[in-house]
Amino acid sequence: MKFLCVECDRQMGFAERELPGDGTLAAVFTCPACNRQVAMLTNPMETQLVASLGVKIGGRTLPEQPMELVRSVMQGGREDAFAEAPAPATGKAHPTWDAPARERLERVPAFVRGMVQRIYADYAAEHGIAVITPDVMDQARHELGLEGM
Amino acid sequence: MKRLRTYHEVTGDDRSDLGSQVAAQHARVALRLAGVRRVVAVMSGKGGVGKSFVTAGLAAALSRAGRATGVLDGDLHGPTAARMLGAVPGRLEVGEDGVSPVVAPGGVRLMSSDLLLAEGAPLRWREPDRFRHVWRGALESGMLREFLADVRWGALDVLLVDLPPGTDRLDALVELLPRPPGVVVVTIPSEASFRSVRRAVAAAREASLPVHGVIENMAGYRCAGCSVEGPLFHGDAGERLAREAGAPLLARIPFDPRVQAAVDAGGLDAAATALSGAAGALLARLERP
Repeated sequence: MKFLCVECDRQMGFAERELPGDGTLAAVFTCPACNRQVAMLTNPMETQLVASLGVKIGGRTLPEQPMELVRSVMQGGREDAFAEAPAPATGKAHPTWDAPARERLERVPAFVRGMVQRIYADYAAEHGIAVITPDVMDQARHELGLEGM
Repeated sequence: MKRLRTYHEVTGDDRSDLGSQVAAQHARVALRLAGVRRVVAVMSGKGGVGKSFVTAGLAAALSRAGRATGVLDGDLHGPTAARMLGAVPGRLEVGEDGVSPVVAPGGVRLMSSDLLLAEGAPLRWREPDRFRHVWRGALESGMLREFLADVRWGALDVLLVDLPPGTDRLDALVELLPRPPGVVVVTIPSEASFRSVRRAVAAAREASLPVHGVIENMAGYRCAGCSVEGPLFHGDAGERLAREAGAPLLARIPFDPRVQAAVDAGGLDAAATALSGAAGALLARLERP
């Protein structure tokens, strides 16, 4: 898939992706010559078709997690199917979770909770955030494109 | 309106990055399976011929013969291989480099949707309510890909893949693997089975896959009381399919209710013994110079 700025005859570059949470997706592309932007808006079916391949339009924002597709979209999973191994020692302090963030995390289905927890914790560690709050979760969700997490 | 350049005339990479992500997925499969010497698909064109029993028995027999063996249960909707191997669903440890397989009694490494799904729950996906048929195949292929790429299989002599009836999952497997798998075909003696399973043999040959052999399951009935064998199904599908595939008939396995009861109780020794001849013949094929 390529986007061409007709006016400039230049290939547009990927700029950002938005996942509003209703199953749709918006991907913004920018012309490097005139800075004109266009947004590609996909309906839930088109979004699902791409997601079913385990890929993200515009590229991945974080490395693929083990069994990411299965854990993200499989239903009927056993609550205790997965156990996250302890995070490897990096020398940095692990972020803690405040009570509202922990409460929100608990609402994530147990089948996928470990993966979600790890993604947020990695995000906080990479950004030097000591305490994970709901605001931090929203920020990570927006930046990383974590629909439904 | 001025002429627009076509897709191929615009020489920059896809900014959607989809192609490179799919290529990266395939690279992950190849990297993970670098330590797996052989992948063998156990398949049949027909349901109910005992593929999972054969897979479990072969795995146990290969393991007993000292070969590091894994089983990937490719029957995502009707998984049975895990329980037949005596594996109990438990927590699968997830690390940064993948998910640890369950190690069944006897040492067989195993991954199955049976280990992930709640008891009695069908395999379902979180997806829009309509047009599920459009992406269902892609999701199932994705699950198979993650079972290959994201499980810490480690070094294996043989990875057996228990495929569901039909041939479409074989196509997905072949496309995902870095090298073509071998095939073991399972049938029962009947004419109906012959007609159905020969389609699977044809599919394997069309894909230029080596058919290592045919196993005829339920080839007679062995009395639980006196061990005398009698007929169960009329026909010689095993021999005919072997001729058609240009491959050996690895074994004819009679139906033995004592073996069945033992497998249902989670004991695989009887199945390993029943399949030991087939496993030996398969190894001879796989390890010939």
